[in-house]
Amino acid sequence: MGILIDRFDTFASGFWVTLQICFLAGVGALIIGTVVAVMRISPLPPLRAVGTAYVTLFRNVPLTVVSFFAAFGLPQLGSSANFLKVPVLDAIFSRLAIDLPYFRFFIIALGFYTGAFVCEALRSGVNAVSPGQAEAARSLGLTFTQNVRYVVLPQAWKFAIVPLGSVIIAMIKNSALSGFFGVSGSLSDAMNTLTSQEGLPLIPVFIGISIGYLIMTVPLGILLDQVEKRRAGAAR
Amino acid sequence: MTATSGEPLIVLDSVDKYFGSLHVLRNVSLTVDRGEVVVIVGPSGSGKSTLCRAINRLEPIDSGTIRFDGRELPAEGKALAALRSDVGMVFQSFNLFAHKTVLDNVSLGPIKVRKEKPAAAREQAMALLDRVGITDQAGKFPAQLSGGQQQRAAIARALAMRPKAMLFDEPTSALDPEMVGEVLDVMTSLARDGMTMIVVTHEMGFARHAANRVVFMDDGQLVESAPPAEFFASPRSERAKDFLSKILTH
Ligand SMILES: Nc1ncnc2c1ncn2[C@@H]1O[C@H](COP(=O)(O)OP(=O)(O)O)[C@@H](O)[C@H]1O
Ligand SMILES: [Mg+2]
Repeated sequence: MGILIDRFDTFASGFWVTLQICFLAGVGALIIGTVVAVMRISPLPPLRAVGTAYVTLFRNVPLTVVSFFAAFGLPQLGSSANFLKVPVLDAIFSRLAIDLPYFRFFIIALGFYTGAFVCEALRSGVNAVSPGQAEAARSLGLTFTQNVRYVVLPQAWKFAIVPLGSVIIAMIKNSALSGFFGVSGSLSDAMNTLTSQEGLPLIPVFIGISIGYLIMTVPLGILLDQVEKRRAGAAR
Repeated sequence: MTATSGEPLIVLDSVDKYFGSLHVLRNVSLTVDRGEVVVIVGPSGSGKSTLCRAINRLEPIDSGTIRFDGRELPAEGKALAALRSDVGMVFQSFNLFAHKTVLDNVSLGPIKVRKEKPAAAREQAMALLDRVGITDQAGKFPAQLSGGQQQRAAIARALAMRPKAMLFDEPTSALDPEMVGEVLDVMTSLARDGMTMIVVTHEMGFARHAANRVVFMDDGQLVESAPPAEFFASPRSERAKDFLSKILTH
């Protein structure tokens, strides 16, 4: 068990890299998911079709495959991910310690993949808002965009919080795949380094790595339970 | 494209509407003058709601024309949104915005659609809540109100747009009996003030004393149209007689 203390640095930095991946991919997924959800409820058939196609694709293809294409396909578009040098995004990435292309590729894969699930969680929230309210908003003269922004989404978010939380927890666990697609230093990569390469005993490493994930997922789960309980209380 | 002086505010001409193969509005023609109060009665499923909803194009029609204030209803988009802001609508199920206080429900339209200053919009909203008698509920959420209070808030919300006409689709049908009166009182006072109104209702008392005209619908058709005294005393069609005998016997 001394490993947990001796190699604390490795566990801690693995935790930090994984947290960064999850935070960036999570923010990306929330933005993508919201945009796609709005497309899916829009009155314009072509937008709806694009939204549906997006969700169908990313919800039904394994993350491994999406990550594979991000890690090995995106470099063909520009070997060092220079095409990702979008000003704001680039500033964020550059401030982080790791600025390797694979780090970016994986965040893109995880963000796009999770975005489809965020969209569906949000859409379940939209469906929970009584259609009469959207109709009342239309009859007041609100445009589609105003209707979504002031009436539908604020309520849909509330209804969607619990399913969204589950999506984010799943995403944190899915982030473990990063180690297999060239991202070095994440928790899953640390697990591989400590056991396969350094030959350290499995059990303590397993405990250390698990603690890293549990620190992220358990509080989220507790938070969701609280929200659910409060919601049930309010409904009474 | 300006309002033709003298043209009635609402003009439906030979309107047909289908839901799939179901023919729900059959060659409906109806005109409503400025300041007129028209009550629509008829059995359930006869197309009353669809007719109401067609007037602000919540339901598009398949043929015929609908003109409001001298203009044909535009296609979905900015122009239609602008037209809808001139037509107040009150629903059976209130449809208040559940995440907003009563005051915010009433001031949302003026702020976002009419681009009024929030302070001015809220002041006007308070005046409207006073008019419908629920100023003390201004800070509450819809779920905390009784049905009658919710419906009065919904009427205030529609009035906040300063509409040229108001459509009511069975506004008291979802209410407990003791709350029907408070909503009808507000509607009666609106009618007295000269608001152009189309009211779908089973409240024959309201039809008798507040309507200029009663229109009877059955099976998607406008069967007859007459001043209330005449309609209730001597309905012309068999279908209207039959309908009245059913609802007036209890
Ligand atoms: N969205 C819809 N889709 C299919 N059928 C509908 C829809 N809305 C109404 N209908 C049908 O159209 C007919 C007229 O309905 P409605 O206008 O609601 O009647 P009313 O308000 O007089 O009870 C009914 O047969 C109803 O079942
Ligand atoms: Mg109806």
